[in-house]
Amino acid sequence: MSVSRMVGPRAVVLVAAAGLLASACGGAKVGESPSGAGSAAPAAKSCGALNLAINPWVGYEANAAVIAYVAEKRLGCQVTKKDLKEEVAWQGFATGEVDAVVENWGHADLKKKYIDDQKVALSLGPTGNKGVIGWYVPPWMAQKYPDITQWKNLDKYADLFKTSESGGKGQLLDGDPSFVTNDAALVKNLDLNYKVVYAGSEAALITGFRQAEAQKKPMIGYFYEPQWFLSEVKLVKVDLPAYTEGCDADAAKVACDYPPYELDKVVSKKFADAAGPAYQLVKNFTWTNDDQNLVAKYISEDKMSAADAAEKWVEANPDKVKAWLPAS
Amino acid sequence: MTATVVARRPVWSRPYLLGGILAAWILLWILFRGQATLPLGGAELTPLHERIGQAADAIDNSRNSNPLFLYFINYIRLFIDEFVTFVQALISRPSFGRPVPVIGWLGVVAVATAVALLYGNVRVALLTAAGFVSFGLLGLWEESMDTLALTLAAVLLSLAIGVPLGIWAGLSNRFNRLVGPVLDFMQTMPTFVYLAPLTLFFLIGPASATVATMVYAIPPAIRITAHAIREVPEATVEAGTSLGSTPWQLLRKVRLPLAKRTIVVGVNQTIMAALSMVTIAALIDAPGLGKTVLKALETLDVGTSFNAGLAIVIMAIVLDRATSAAGRRVETAHRAGRARGRLWRRVQVSVVLAVTAVLLYLSYVYVWAAEFPKEADIGSFVRKGADAASEWAQANLYVSTNGFKNLVTYGLLNPFEAVLTGSPWWLVLLVVTVTALVLATVRVAVVCAVCLALLVALGLWQDSMVTLASTLVATVLVMALGIVVGVWMGRDERADRVIRPVLDAGQTMPAFVYLVPILGLFGATRFTAILAAVVYAAPVATKLVADGIRGVAAGAVEAATAAGSSAWQTISKVQVPMARSAVTLAASQGLCYVLAMVVVGGLVGAGALGYDVVSGFSQLQLRGKGLAAGLAIVVLGTMLAAITKSAARRADAAAHGRP
Amino acid sequence: MEGAPGLHPSNCEVTMTATSPAELSQPPTDEEPVILDVRNLWKVFGPRADRVAGTPLAELSRSELKERTGCVAAVRDASFAVRRGEVFVVMGLSGSGKSTLVRCLTRLVEPTAGEVLLDGQDIRLAGGKELRELRRRRFAMVFQHFGLLPHRRVLDNISYGLEIRGTGKDARGRRATEMLDLVGLTGYGDSYPDQLSGGMQQRVGLARALAVDPEVLFFDEPFSALDPLIRRDMQNEVIRLHREVGKTMIFITHDLSEALKLGDRILVMRDGLIVQTGTPDEVVGAPADDYVREFVRDVSRAQVLTLRWIMRPPGDGDALDGPELGPDVVIKDAVHTVLRADRPVRVTADGELLGVVGSAEILEVIAG
Repeated sequence: MSVSRMVGPRAVVLVAAAGLLASACGGAKVGESPSGAGSAAPAAKSCGALNLAINPWVGYEANAAVIAYVAEKRLGCQVTKKDLKEEVAWQGFATGEVDAVVENWGHADLKKKYIDDQKVALSLGPTGNKGVIGWYVPPWMAQKYPDITQWKNLDKYADLFKTSESGGKGQLLDGDPSFVTNDAALVKNLDLNYKVVYAGSEAALITGFRQAEAQKKPMIGYFYEPQWFLSEVKLVKVDLPAYTEGCDADAAKVACDYPPYELDKVVSKKFADAAGPAYQLVKNFTWTNDDQNLVAKYISEDKMSAADAAEKWVEANPDKVKAWLPAS
Repeated sequence: MTATVVARRPVWSRPYLLGGILAAWILLWILFRGQATLPLGGAELTPLHERIGQAADAIDNSRNSNPLFLYFINYIRLFIDEFVTFVQALISRPSFGRPVPVIGWLGVVAVATAVALLYGNVRVALLTAAGFVSFGLLGLWEESMDTLALTLAAVLLSLAIGVPLGIWAGLSNRFNRLVGPVLDFMQTMPTFVYLAPLTLFFLIGPASATVATMVYAIPPAIRITAHAIREVPEATVEAGTSLGSTPWQLLRKVRLPLAKRTIVVGVNQTIMAALSMVTIAALIDAPGLGKTVLKALETLDVGTSFNAGLAIVIMAIVLDRATSAAGRRVETAHRAGRARGRLWRRVQVSVVLAVTAVLLYLSYVYVWAAEFPKEADIGSFVRKGADAASEWAQANLYVSTNGFKNLVTYGLLNPFEAVLTGSPWWLVLLVVTVTALVLATVRVAVVCAVCLALLVALGLWQDSMVTLASTLVATVLVMALGIVVGVWMGRDERADRVIRPVLDAGQTMPAFVYLVPILGLFGATRFTAILAAVVYAAPVATKLVADGIRGVAAGAVEAATAAGSSAWQTISKVQVPMARSAVTLAASQGLCYVLAMVVVGGLVGAGALGYDVVSGFSQLQLRGKGLAAGLAIVVLGTMLAAITKSAARRADAAAHGRP
Repeated sequence: MEGAPGLHPSNCEVTMTATSPAELSQPPTDEEPVILDVRNLWKVFGPRADRVAGTPLAELSRSELKERTGCVAAVRDASFAVRRGEVFVVMGLSGSGKSTLVRCLTRLVEPTAGEVLLDGQDIRLAGGKELRELRRRRFAMVFQHFGLLPHRRVLDNISYGLEIRGTGKDARGRRATEMLDLVGLTGYGDSYPDQLSGGMQQRVGLARALAVDPEVLFFDEPFSALDPLIRRDMQNEVIRLHREVGKTMIFITHDLSEALKLGDRILVMRDGLIVQTGTPDEVVGAPADDYVREFVRDVSRAQVLTLRWIMRPPGDGDALDGPELGPDVVIKDAVHTVLRADRPVRVTADGELLGVVGSAEILEVIAG
């Protein structure tokens, strides 16, 4: 540092002055104050780490928030949340970086690859939430056209649903890209005068429905529950020909409604084999759609942080939580 | 030989020929409409897609046995992980047993400002200080530092790889020819396509995010360095050689010093490219602002995502201005140092360093300087304001925006798409090839034919045509906007100063932020996708046009004014024609940027290739199709680039008075 | 005084005395030793360029060759010799191959065929390291566009050649300052090139070339980018430097008057071929072909030609007691004497009568 040697005195004066300044307005020192973000987790018992994948929808986040909260506060685990899309999360089972996925919608393809073929993951049973997939209309339409909720009547209203995208037919707004849909086949096999338009994201679907309800615009589209948006706008499901076991076996010939989904939990083999307290917690975890919707509402509408939302729910439901804790 | 024949053909005949081709096309379209259009449904796959999926699976499965992974990729991953974690420990994450990072907010602000001051100037230093403080004020200090850490790591690594390769490409024609297509590929291949596979190679975490960012950020580093080396005047290099310089001496003492300024532009572009990957990398758990944006998108929380987007824009502008200033300084610093006396400079440097050191120390020791005070919060106002603005727009602008949407969709997009998708594939191939023959060279025609044939082979013909139609319409809008605003900026210094930051914001604001409001206004439609592309691409085109207009020789404008031209005549007869090569460049760059938004378009209703890529990223069984769609986008890009490049050469030649 | 157009550098007389028109392009053997001997040099650009020299293709004209093979022959079968201390000018229009030729001599452009002998050693055989040594110590070049390094001060530009061959900092600083003074830029050492005028920049280029104390200096159209007045200054500068340092100089130009002014000998090129090699008065007095003739048509012959070119054998009626002048006196300088004398002027060398010049001969030249 030949530079500072040249003007040494100056620098020294400055440093000294600044030092004085510092001690004058001093304040708390890092590490010595209790408020200094030093809220380290209570000494981990034997819980260890829990790597929780966070799939990008609020319902999932509600599950994960509550599990993470209980694991940290009650079991003293070290929880790491990883924001990942489903496929990447499942890859994490193989690479050992994800321990648990706590709301899985079907995904037969991923199950086959990672549970059956690679044997790096296993299902830990239902979360208690029931998944429903189908075609929905905004509530004002269900009120104004009560018979619209029967698929047989859809053609009658096809003209209402025409848009710039649908080329003269009714528009069926489809496509969160994360879900396998049969809608194109359904439209064809039910011989409906509709065209499937790919919205491409959940955000696009929700915005569409929100605008449709607010401005009383006609819209029909693919949606699912549980979903936080349903607590804002209570979409009404259209009844398609009832689902029967195996009616969707051939994707090209499907002409029936989507099956009800039992949402389940999936964990990595490694995590299961270790069978720690966190594993027990994930295994025991189960709650209702209403429970999840409540926490999801805290997060999405009340804009609470995931941890705060979880805390609020856990404090209000001690019995349910108790049932999840490992018997020790 | 045909090439020269075509080139020599009188200019006037070209419009007639094109008109003839168009007429023939429409006629044949009417005759053959709907035949051989090769549609493929959303969930349908071709055998090729299945094979690609299987191949990807095979690679996945060999991960633990393949020596390439065991001995090579794993070490790269470890190195990058350690590197990023180290930077994070310094500025963003609690580390070394401390509840806070080593350097607190005050220290980071001090260091950033000092760097801007020493390498740039006072104005940039003030901007930097204000920008960094605003991260804290927006309530996003830690997220911003995570983003900064990741960006810095990715940029440093990109430069460490890109600059040497760029030098090589600058010195060797053969390597340059080799590396060019690879870089094109890296830049046009949608990130979504390689994001998921990357996590298999580099695992979930900083390494994957950094590598994903580098894939996108290295090309400008290589390209611009190579360009910088190439543009060193041959005469100077020859002089160096004639005095007996070794190749190494030539590089170190002649080429690099002369190329330095342009290389700094490369650094600048590398930073911008890296920052634009921030939100997408968040999909594989990259920490930082991108995550905030994506999380907010789940609940359509416009305010929160705008707040975080704003922080990204501020970071981009600060880094851009700082590196640009450093670039200008490169030339003058040396001289100023001598001219104004070394002593004065040393005093400056010492004072700045001393103050920085003190602030660093404070931020290490004291809580108030380590953690940004939570009381100083303007983030909540920004969030509320953005929410209110978005809601107001969605509620009140709908009618007029809908009209505009319908005008463009029915008037321009639908007819165009109908002809492209309704024609048999062989007809489109024929028309494009013949057009390329007329407009460009045999080589370009062959490239076009091969590209279109590839689209057929990839099994995504119709989706490609839909995407092509939207892409071209978006490019037309981009150019319309770019020329109007660019001419205005080019002629009016003050307009330039006001508009430029807005353009910067449009370019760096993550698309996810403004998707929700424009979805509210235009619904999930192709038009929404086109609009998103215009927001992203128009700034580049506009800046290029503005620079081109400003570059028109003052003498020519003066002569036109002296001859009594009106402003309109000056623009239309002098400035725009003389800036023709800049306008062509703007069109080709605009096209590139529009293509880069195809995937985002898929998220908001564009369907087609963009949707194929996104669903391939999300669904395992569509993985092969997603990859094929990514390739199709690259193929489209290659074809359009070949055409625009040839048009650019023609414009260049015309600008220099050659036929 | 050097500024007066047409005045020859002092050492011209030495070179010219024994050269008669008959000896045009023979390498001189009885004078200063040959330093650079160029034999059958070819430079062909294009695909498989090496198949041209020494084959029937070599006989083709430039355009035929281009059509047949796609190759361009920039330099075709060039042979000439440059003597130590000589100012050797290569002249031709743009595209004639003169710049390529001079670059072949230092291998800035790699020749396709032929030999370039420096003191009898073929530099084409030199390896990379030898070649660099040659360039560092024996050659130096001055360029049309100067080729200065904009990021270095003038002094650092001048010492560049010394720096890369490893001369110590102090030594090269001293040498550079000397050179700065030599080219008349005293006090500009700390400036940057772009702060100087074009003429001054070229002086820096000149100083840089001189700093390495080369044996041969190459000039590639060094003054064609300069204003006419500055160009004349710089030409005089070269003449002065040549007189002071006595280097061998090979000078490329497209400007005939510059060639005549500076050259001890001039080589005229056209389409890659050497058309003529000779002293300035040979080129003007005995153009080798129509091309050269057209070239020199507007030259004031009185200012270039010497009495040797217009003297006639003494006739029977000539009075042989007129004033006496040497054969190498430029006509312009003899006008006064000849016109004033009422008898023919006798042209003599070493007391021997070579011929006579009368008013008629003088007037014919002056009238053109």
